[in-house]
Amino acid sequence: MLEQRPDLLPRLGAFARLLHDAGLEAGPRRLTDATRALGFIDLKQRDDFHNALRSVFVSRKEDIPTFEAAFDIFWAPPDPRVSAGTIPGRSRPLPMAPERAKAWANALGLNTSQMNREDPTEFPASSSGYSAEELLRHKDFEEMTWAETEQVRKLLEQAPWRVAERRTRRLRPSRTGRIDLRRSARHAIRSSGELVMLFRRKPRVRRRPLVLICDVSGSMERYSRLLMIFAHAVSRREDLEAFVFSTRLTRITRLLRQRDLDKALDSVSKGVHDFSGGTRIGDAIGDFNRRWARRVLGHGAVVIIISDGWDRGDPAHLTSELIHLRRSAHRLIWLNPLLGSEGYEPLTRGMAAALPHCDDFLAAHNVQALEDLGRLLSGLDNRTSR
Amino acid sequence: MTGPLKPGHLVLFDTVTAPATIEDIEGRLRERRYIGDRALATSIFLALRLQKPLFIEGEAGVGKTEAAKVMAEVLGARLIRLQCYEGIDLAHAVYEWNYPRQLLHIRLMGDGADRRTAEREIFSSDFLLRRPLLDAIDNDDPTPPVLLIDEIDRSDEEFEAFLLELLSDFQVSIPEIGTIKARQVPLVVITSNRTREVHDALKRRCLYHWIDYPDLDKEVEIVRARAPEAADGLAREVAALVQGLRGMDLYKVPGVAETLDWARSLAALGATRIDAGLVSATMGAALKYQEDLDRVREQVPALVEKAQRA
Repeated sequence: MLEQRPDLLPRLGAFARLLHDAGLEAGPRRLTDATRALGFIDLKQRDDFHNALRSVFVSRKEDIPTFEAAFDIFWAPPDPRVSAGTIPGRSRPLPMAPERAKAWANALGLNTSQMNREDPTEFPASSSGYSAEELLRHKDFEEMTWAETEQVRKLLEQAPWRVAERRTRRLRPSRTGRIDLRRSARHAIRSSGELVMLFRRKPRVRRRPLVLICDVSGSMERYSRLLMIFAHAVSRREDLEAFVFSTRLTRITRLLRQRDLDKALDSVSKGVHDFSGGTRIGDAIGDFNRRWARRVLGHGAVVIIISDGWDRGDPAHLTSELIHLRRSAHRLIWLNPLLGSEGYEPLTRGMAAALPHCDDFLAAHNVQALEDLGRLLSGLDNRTSR
Repeated sequence: MTGPLKPGHLVLFDTVTAPATIEDIEGRLRERRYIGDRALATSIFLALRLQKPLFIEGEAGVGKTEAAKVMAEVLGARLIRLQCYEGIDLAHAVYEWNYPRQLLHIRLMGDGADRRTAEREIFSSDFLLRRPLLDAIDNDDPTPPVLLIDEIDRSDEEFEAFLLELLSDFQVSIPEIGTIKARQVPLVVITSNRTREVHDALKRRCLYHWIDYPDLDKEVEIVRARAPEAADGLAREVAALVQGLRGMDLYKVPGVAETLDWARSLAALGATRIDAGLVSATMGAALKYQEDLDRVREQVPALVEKAQRA
């Protein structure tokens, strides 16, 4: 059926490039599959055409909205009203780098306002502040200058700790452990069926996954940037799932995955729409429990909540969600930047409600405190389950 | 079980038995009382035509596994199911030698036996325990089987890496025998509940389909098809009730499987309509967490009333 439409192949190639620019994986393999798939489809059936391309180019649920937006924009049938300056049905925004978005808008004859246009965030110019490393280690994040945060970033990136390992259910050969019948019998065959040598195996170990749930509401504003730097540094070397919340919960794992810190922070600030909003910790944890817990808390994960505990929600709600969360995590750690200040006592309603349900309650106001956290994480036990 | 273990050639899918069009698949699914949508039928159709595995994701209980089972029926093919779990390895997924039998055989042969002959004998298909993946690529089935790799998110990275290899070449190597290449490519269906992210490299080899919760009309249709013992009014009310529950803030949102369980439970109690008392008594069919039950219990009368109006 494809041979009836010789113009379709180059169009399909262009569509794959559009998907690629929008962040989907649309390499030659997928393009080939798409071409083959269309060979079996009645191209006049628009739904089948649409479904076929989706089953080839999409491979996770999160990509479906991007695909749908790109599909609408690219394959939308010509509309007579386009000349009036509007393009109905092409309203879903397609996330993309601004310069690429512009190029595509021009190529497709779209009004540029339909693409996501975002101004690059202005970062303050760096000042000349400088502190010795040890001083820096103990300095409260709140008081740091821009240049100091740059150095903290280096300290965090070089942090010497790794998350502790846990035993998995996969076995590997070893000198000690349970008897490996397969290998022992195997060997016995060579010696006419005598079990002359016993081989053993024991569970393989893996690092525990980390889940970070970070409060970025108004009261945490002074710490947000550094905590994000911390999250980025950790995600470079550990298996990390990261979320931020103020009024709602946003997953930032993929945004942090960029190697370049500034680019990663930039996409986090663009991807999270309620930085410095109010706080409803209970709702955020509840949202996590319902939408994410089953997906990210497998394999004995350690959950770290970073928040000052200033909560506008119902403390009883927070308590019940934390109880639920603690049951499905290997360890629940609460970091509170205020814990570092002199004379602080966890008297806020949220903190008082949370405290009995966390395994650990630690400070997070300076590099030293984060290093203490690192030591705790590297010393966790290696139980198989949870 | 003794199957042929000679290396063979890949033969193309027999297009005579394979469904010819997307409509054909839709119709055949419906005949088997599987109410899917056209997008799923398209994905299955392409999986057969392109001979690519189909990766189905969706929340628990939306009919992912069922889709594979019904496909096997539709194609007149055998269903080979591999349930994944953490630590699953080749010995459980592909093959294992029957060591006790091998040892026994060697003992029986006595001391005079030539070692080479002995090894040739005991490393033959008679002593091979064939696990699902080997069975799926090496068999005499008249129609290529349907291989269901269920809940792959429960397995670990090592197993994914192995599958990647298997699914790109449809061959397995057994050191003592050699490489066994599929003579006919099975229809591979991989399901995941997304308890973790499966590696992109594996997904890239597959066609992808996301099964969403059905809307009310479709769910009613599913209940009628799969729980025919439930009266029409009951089917509709239970479906509406579950749709209402899905809008609530619950730890575990009930899937279609729960709707069916619930409808069957109520039908077994002789109910033809729902009321607050019946719903409270049978809620456990749909809600599996104590917190969820507590939360819903207060709202049962309102939910029932809403469901009866739907």
